[in-house]
Amino acid sequence: MCGIAAFFAKTPAAEARLGEWFCPMLACLSGRGPDSAGFAIYRNPAPAGEIKVTLQSPDPQAWAGLAAALARDLGKVSGERATATHCVLTLAAPESAVRAWLAANRPDLTIMSIGTTIEIFKETGAPASVMDRFELHSATGSHIIGHTRMATESAVTTAGSHPFSSGLDLCLVHNGSLSNHNRLRRNLRREGVEFRTDNDSEVAAGYLTWRLRLGDSLEAALTGALRDLDGFFTFAIGTRAGFAVLRDPIACKPAVLAETDEYVAMASEYRSLADLPGIDKAALWEPEPAKIYAWNKADYQRRQAA
Amino acid sequence: MKTFDLSRQTVRELNQALHDVPADQPAEFLVTEPRGAHALACGIRAPVKVTIRGHAGYYCAGMNQLGEVVVEGNAGVGVAENMMSGTVRVTGSASQSAGATAHGGLLVIEGNASARCGISLKGADIVVKGSVGHLSAFMAQAGRLVVCGDAGDALGDSIYEAQLYVRGAVASLGTDCVEKSVGPEHLAELAELLARARSDLKPTEFRRYGSARQLYHFKTDNAASY
Repeated sequence: MCGIAAFFAKTPAAEARLGEWFCPMLACLSGRGPDSAGFAIYRNPAPAGEIKVTLQSPDPQAWAGLAAALARDLGKVSGERATATHCVLTLAAPESAVRAWLAANRPDLTIMSIGTTIEIFKETGAPASVMDRFELHSATGSHIIGHTRMATESAVTTAGSHPFSSGLDLCLVHNGSLSNHNRLRRNLRREGVEFRTDNDSEVAAGYLTWRLRLGDSLEAALTGALRDLDGFFTFAIGTRAGFAVLRDPIACKPAVLAETDEYVAMASEYRSLADLPGIDKAALWEPEPAKIYAWNKADYQRRQAA
Repeated sequence: MKTFDLSRQTVRELNQALHDVPADQPAEFLVTEPRGAHALACGIRAPVKVTIRGHAGYYCAGMNQLGEVVVEGNAGVGVAENMMSGTVRVTGSASQSAGATAHGGLLVIEGNASARCGISLKGADIVVKGSVGHLSAFMAQAGRLVVCGDAGDALGDSIYEAQLYVRGAVASLGTDCVEKSVGPEHLAELAELLARARSDLKPTEFRRYGSARQLYHFKTDNAASY
């Protein structure tokens, strides 16, 4: 099982109601994934030269002194926002320096995501309670990719929840199961890709990380995934520019897309979309097998400006 | 006519009311605000007429016997799954596995049906006015699938004795599925199916496909492969 929901705002009005419209979509998919939930929200871009780092720790005291230590050792920290078990820091330092510093000084913290706009929040528990904990209902933003998990391949843990970060501002959520993830994980480790779990979906994210690192476009990386990943999947992929959807060629795992002048929404089942405003007049379709669908924010921003 | 508003009533209440109709008594039901709910109008066993005003979720009208179900919208996975008799009409498109394992009755899809339409068909008739996705009529044993548009890859893979009629292009035929000649008896049965589906298309525009019957028996020539 597992459920996927994604929402991409085309207008400032839709961006302002991102959380309000998205929460019922994801909550509706609790039956497909009752054990954990997570989402990658794209919002509040970091100022030029800075990055956003989302960290996770079960210890409520974990954030005390962290910003000061980072500012002392790496560079200016212009933002710090702790919500439940996660903390989003905005700082002027390169990604590699942040990763190295955290590994050396704070191995107790888990990096959820790094990028200029992405923030990943995920935890075990019922989807509605996870969304409440991270105050998603009032969130605004450009786009959001969410997941409700019914674990089949690995343990129910925060690390095994989706989305999986797959590079700067990139994330992946997965409905399905991969058969060749053990061999792929071994091969990707040899290529320098790091893995933290036995989860098959993390391998799909790691695969994209690897291909993008080699210089592939997202489209080329996803075309490679169709060839190299053996198994069932519907993927939703979040990028700084927008989001993409891909189903494997057999297409057992469901997906429905809806598009209006205000938004593009994707979900595992239509009923997740049923409460969206304007859904009655939306273009509604199932993505075809092995076809990459992608939406780019810049297309709509240009249109708004024109 | 009884109306069920699913924004206020449950699917269980709707289905129970449908099951409570005596087998020999006609009745009419209108279902509003279905909002993609699953298992709508499942297990009907009486000549009831059910109109679902909006999109239906998974397994709508599953196991239907005698009922006449109309979905005014799209239907999710497995519409009319294991239907025994009666009719199910979807005015929009249907998701994968439409009419799976259906034994009897008629399923009409006005739009497209996605992958595996009529998988393991066991005697029902399906008329799709648009196109069907890949692996449609996979292992179909009996019954007829009429596709007015195109068919996706591997049509009729491992088919038994179901009859397939396709008007448009077939992306590829599955293992042991071949094109067959169209005789007067085929034109006659196709005309009857198109009329029941309320289609004006001419039977002569269709091609017929079915089993080459080469997979029915194990061939000793191949024994070394196993």
